[in-house]
Amino acid sequence: MAIEAVINHSHWSPLLGRLGLDALPQEPIVMATFVVVALGGMAVVGALTYFKLWGYLWKEWFTSVDHKKIGIMYMVLGLIMFLRGFSDAIMMRIQQAIAFNGSEGYLTAHHYDQVFTAHGVIMIFFVAMPFVTGLMNYVVPLQIGARDVSFPFLNNFSFWMTTAGAVLVMMSLFIGEFAQTGWLAYPPLSNLSYSPWVGVDYYIWALQIAGVGTLLSGVNLIATIVKMRAPGMTMMRMPIFTWTALCTNVLIVAAFPVLTAVMTMLTADRYLGFNFFTNDFGGNPMMYVNLIWIWGHPEVYILILPLFGVFSEVTATFSGKRLFGYSSMVYATLVITILSYLVWLHHFFTMGSGASVNSFFGITTMVISIPTGAKLFNWLFTMYRGRIRFELPMMWTVAFMLTFTVGGMTGVLLAVPPADFVLHNSLFLIAHFHNVIIGGVLFGIFAAINYWWPKAFGFKLNEFWGKVSFWLWVPGFWVAFTPLYVLGLMGVTRRMRVFDDPSLQIWFVIAGIGAAMIAGGIGAMLVQFAVSVWKREALRDETGDPWDGRTLEWSTSSPPPEYNFAFTPIVHDIDAYEDMKRCGVTRPVEGFLPIHMPKGTGTGVVLAGLSTVMGFAMIWYIWWLAAIAFVGIIGYAIAHTFNYKRDYYIPAESVAETEAARTRQLAAAGA
Amino acid sequence: MTSITTTAGAPGTDKTLSPEQLRATFFQLEEHHHPEGDSTMLGFWMYLMSDCLIFAMLFAAYGVLGGSFAAGPGPKDLFELPLVAVNTAMLLFSSITYGFAMLAMAKNQKGATIAWLLVTAVFGAAFLSIELYEFSTLIHEGATPMRSGFLTSFFSLVGTHGLHVTFGLIWLFTLVSQIATKGLIPANKRRLMCLSLFWHFLDVIWIGVFTFVYLMGML
Repeated sequence: MAIEAVINHSHWSPLLGRLGLDALPQEPIVMATFVVVALGGMAVVGALTYFKLWGYLWKEWFTSVDHKKIGIMYMVLGLIMFLRGFSDAIMMRIQQAIAFNGSEGYLTAHHYDQVFTAHGVIMIFFVAMPFVTGLMNYVVPLQIGARDVSFPFLNNFSFWMTTAGAVLVMMSLFIGEFAQTGWLAYPPLSNLSYSPWVGVDYYIWALQIAGVGTLLSGVNLIATIVKMRAPGMTMMRMPIFTWTALCTNVLIVAAFPVLTAVMTMLTADRYLGFNFFTNDFGGNPMMYVNLIWIWGHPEVYILILPLFGVFSEVTATFSGKRLFGYSSMVYATLVITILSYLVWLHHFFTMGSGASVNSFFGITTMVISIPTGAKLFNWLFTMYRGRIRFELPMMWTVAFMLTFTVGGMTGVLLAVPPADFVLHNSLFLIAHFHNVIIGGVLFGIFAAINYWWPKAFGFKLNEFWGKVSFWLWVPGFWVAFTPLYVLGLMGVTRRMRVFDDPSLQIWFVIAGIGAAMIAGGIGAMLVQFAVSVWKREALRDETGDPWDGRTLEWSTSSPPPEYNFAFTPIVHDIDAYEDMKRCGVTRPVEGFLPIHMPKGTGTGVVLAGLSTVMGFAMIWYIWWLAAIAFVGIIGYAIAHTFNYKRDYYIPAESVAETEAARTRQLAAAGA
Repeated sequence: MTSITTTAGAPGTDKTLSPEQLRATFFQLEEHHHPEGDSTMLGFWMYLMSDCLIFAMLFAAYGVLGGSFAAGPGPKDLFELPLVAVNTAMLLFSSITYGFAMLAMAKNQKGATIAWLLVTAVFGAAFLSIELYEFSTLIHEGATPMRSGFLTSFFSLVGTHGLHVTFGLIWLFTLVSQIATKGLIPANKRRLMCLSLFWHFLDVIWIGVFTFVYLMGML
């Protein structure tokens, strides 16, 4: 192949497609990262092999259809990708803090553009989404008194498809490049003419494959919530977290197909020369912007709603009171669900839709703050005259209320079209959405992890390191993002690599200090996990109900048995478990019956693995491999439908044994 | 909060119930089976609605780009309504025959179910063949999807529907072999119901395509 072809990445061979030596890392930073990741990966693989853990992982985790294990795997995926996404953030902060006075900083434009794109894509699709899905997976069936989700195999498959997408994004770091388009890949920049190499293709296939997983998990959780609630649990007795999970999954099912469609159109433009979003031949790039935000705005509510549920559970539990305004909370959630479909255009007021259209979308956007405000008052009134215990989940909740409110207010400001014309595309916008996503989604996830960790593992998290993390994170957030508000008001636009005006530098340095504090907070959180696992005997919770909880997940042991509940609970009130405790119900200790459970299967891993191969082959134009992988996916899926034996019974004796162990545990704990 | 001891709907709050009675009030001590596959129809229906949204997006794209001919051919230059009418008839017939298959299933007639499914497949294949013939004619005339925004959105909408029919056919043959070997067991009946929903859904989409793309295109 000619030298120029390698430099321009324009070579192609039937066997390897566009893949060549030029796909390997060229920049020292990426090379060093590659070496570290390769060595680390080899160490992990070596350790797993040495301790003979592969069989255990395969049998007990990878092929498991248990919603609790799948939930935990989602959380692990989210955490790993969070570290990747945050390292992108730190790189941007350092670059922007030093690229002044003629300095180009340390990142080339090609590299920097990939970093900010990858940061956004990873944080939304592979951090926030897995975290939220993981929480819903773990908690919802327990809260509604079910033994698993409606479609357990589909659940496992969904997880692996999400992972497959994450794997493709991670591969792009070392093989080829990632998109340099920003996280929503607007055409014409993302068209073949302006992004000729593999970056946008990595983006498309990673999102497309992960999107299948997300959509199916949405269908699954709706069916679970609608069909599998314990007897007596009417809709208006469902825990608020389950309500918000229901609304989120409705949003997922109603929004992700739009993303699938628009990504397919972009694929057709890039691979087949279609004219959906081209500048010539009658294509319309503005249609892409509309379509992607019709998915994109519901997406941000997909992320935040379940965390609103978490805050509701945490506030009620740690105030020792029933949630104030349960019904208004439900209706507020529903109103937000509907309104989230009527605001997408506020993401591009400046595109020229005219005053009337902009006014409509500006007003609908402002209206969303009403149900959201109602929620905030409900939480405050729940705390009012409650016996508040400031444990870690409650601390994160209070931090959320303060932080999110400011983020919400700057959001309403941006909803005013004339103001948006000034602030559009500026760092003010960046500060706003980090204010709500970090202050809302991330703080909520931290509250949830601290709240439900004892349920998942049987011991609490270490409080000291949790507080260190909290006090680094929360002030760190404000130090990192307040300067961005200031800079945005001064007119600094987003995604800049170098700056001309030296007077701006101080603000970027302050933001960098904030990012360093956040790094400390993340470090402290990892230490918190490690210390808690290490000292787990001291932190052990034998009761299954360490926080004096109110909903059904606290009525079973920690961690819950595979079947969740030996006997399905009957619900008579909101806060079903609190009701049981108040009435002095004791759990049944005899008369156990065999329990019907779904069997594990490796099909999800195989199908997602084949999808990864197919995505990779499509990205690199290795057509023969893509064809084989595609036929493999269809063939394997069909073969799977010929397996009719997908369940088994846990014998009554082993249920009795498990429950007897629990009785002894409770007696020892003096409960 | 200790002063409040009763709440709506909680029968255990008067303390006269014995522990056994309380347990029977708060736990299902006898197993109530969720019928297997109870959620399947709901789940599949939701999948279909999500699929419907994909078509909605393709219709929207056609709505936006349908007039962007880029100095190329438009609907009146390209569409042959009689051919499309025959094609529509094929698909509608296939829906009727699928209905007959379901009636046979309800009567537990395995042979008749399979026979009607195969008739459905013949009509489905006829529909696809005519569609492919139409596409090849268009491409032969130079009206490729790359030619204009209109043709891009036309081929994508109609082609996506055709792909769905193709997958429906693959599914149909899979089910035929499963019914042949396992009989009309509950799991297979459930699958027949799902494919039935899918097949009629594609009909509904096609009615939309026929009306909005072909008929209105010829106005």
